[in-house]
Amino acid sequence: MKIGKQTLKLESTPKILETSAAVGPKESDGPLGIYFDIKCSDVFYGEKTFEKAESKYMKAAIDNLLYKLNLQNDNIDYIFAGDLLNQCIASGYCIRDLNIPFFGLYGACSTFVESIILSSLFINAGYGTKVIASASSHFCSAERQFRMPLEHGNQKPPTAQSTVTGCGAALLVPHTFEKKVPVVTYVTPGKIVDMGIKDMNNMGAAMAPAAFDTIITHLKDTERKPEYYDAIITGDLGVEGTDILIDLCKDYGVDISKVHRDCGKEIYDLTKRDMNAGGSGCACMASVFSGYFYQELKEKRLNRVLIVATGALMSPISIGQGESIPSIAHAAAIENEV
Amino acid sequence: MIIEYLKVFITGGIICSIGQILIDKTKLTPARILVIFVTLGVIFTAIGVYKPLVDYGKAGATVPISGFGYALANGVIEEVKDKGFIGIFTGGVKATSAGIAAAIAFGYLAALFAKPKIK
Repeated sequence: MKIGKQTLKLESTPKILETSAAVGPKESDGPLGIYFDIKCSDVFYGEKTFEKAESKYMKAAIDNLLYKLNLQNDNIDYIFAGDLLNQCIASGYCIRDLNIPFFGLYGACSTFVESIILSSLFINAGYGTKVIASASSHFCSAERQFRMPLEHGNQKPPTAQSTVTGCGAALLVPHTFEKKVPVVTYVTPGKIVDMGIKDMNNMGAAMAPAAFDTIITHLKDTERKPEYYDAIITGDLGVEGTDILIDLCKDYGVDISKVHRDCGKEIYDLTKRDMNAGGSGCACMASVFSGYFYQELKEKRLNRVLIVATGALMSPISIGQGESIPSIAHAAAIENEV
Repeated sequence: MIIEYLKVFITGGIICSIGQILIDKTKLTPARILVIFVTLGVIFTAIGVYKPLVDYGKAGATVPISGFGYALANGVIEEVKDKGFIGIFTGGVKATSAGIAAAIAFGYLAALFAKPKIK
């Protein structure tokens, strides 16, 4: 049911039965390293290209998700997944082998929450009983997609965020499932917000207004206060984007500074060299939520969270043509039932 | 000889530091900085500023990418003296042909034996 301006209330509160996260070497070494299911120290994952490696990270996360629940591919009704590459090839080539009906999504770094929203809506409507939501990214394939191939040996500007290598996957099921697990209560799909920022190396600043718009709209629509949530978790705003978001909210009269957390800031040790701006990419929210925050919810250290993934919907071509960066943020409220 | 090495080191170091400062302090992309360096190399050679730098810093001035601009401009100047107008088009590539061909050949060889790594 639609409530307020753009939020949907999920009456049948779909459950997130299980999650799974696979990550690369830098993420494994980070402060959240212990929380990820699969840690691969090889960025190639034994494959010949980075694109194939990214597909394999996704395959590993999904296979592990099914393994944890003792399920087979044909038990799954649908899968919603996406990545950052042209034509979403990381997801496409991964899911080619799975024999599961597939919806390919592109929401840039907001893809994981977009997948969660659509999967939970499918479950809520009764269109399926087991739906997977997933998203992946890979530092090396993203560099080729958005900047220069690594083979080029280009210098990386120090302000740029580092794309997370890995994948996160979650299985959504109807509320009738016995197990006590976190449920999705409200979802707020975002609008595109463009404040005219053109700097590709400063995506946090471009995306913060979109996050602000979606968070404020969500709080208004649901008539909740920021304190209702134990954490409002953004995907990859990074250090600068986080400051902008908190300032925007403060100017609006809403203080989220006490509950706000950012996956991009938490996944790497920001004191290390070349890591100062934090992580980004679809896998930033996907792996940190699937690996870390889901466990925090399950173990009741957090009980009510709002996940807000932001995405920058530009391409190197649009930037080359002088266009600014359109941004989007999708939000989903995930809560433990009392 | 040590003094000569020092001169080369300082000249090359200063040129590369300028590049690093541009990467750190401006919004220029690395590709743009590269093009700016080549173009400046050409312009400085044309107005006679780069030659003294090469005389002083030797490889310190010719090895960085601005040195490629220096080679391009010198090639054009020489070829125009020799062959006239057509030299504007042929001189630059002729003078830098060894470098370009070597880059392709060694690039290919490196691709055969090496794999890119994460930064």
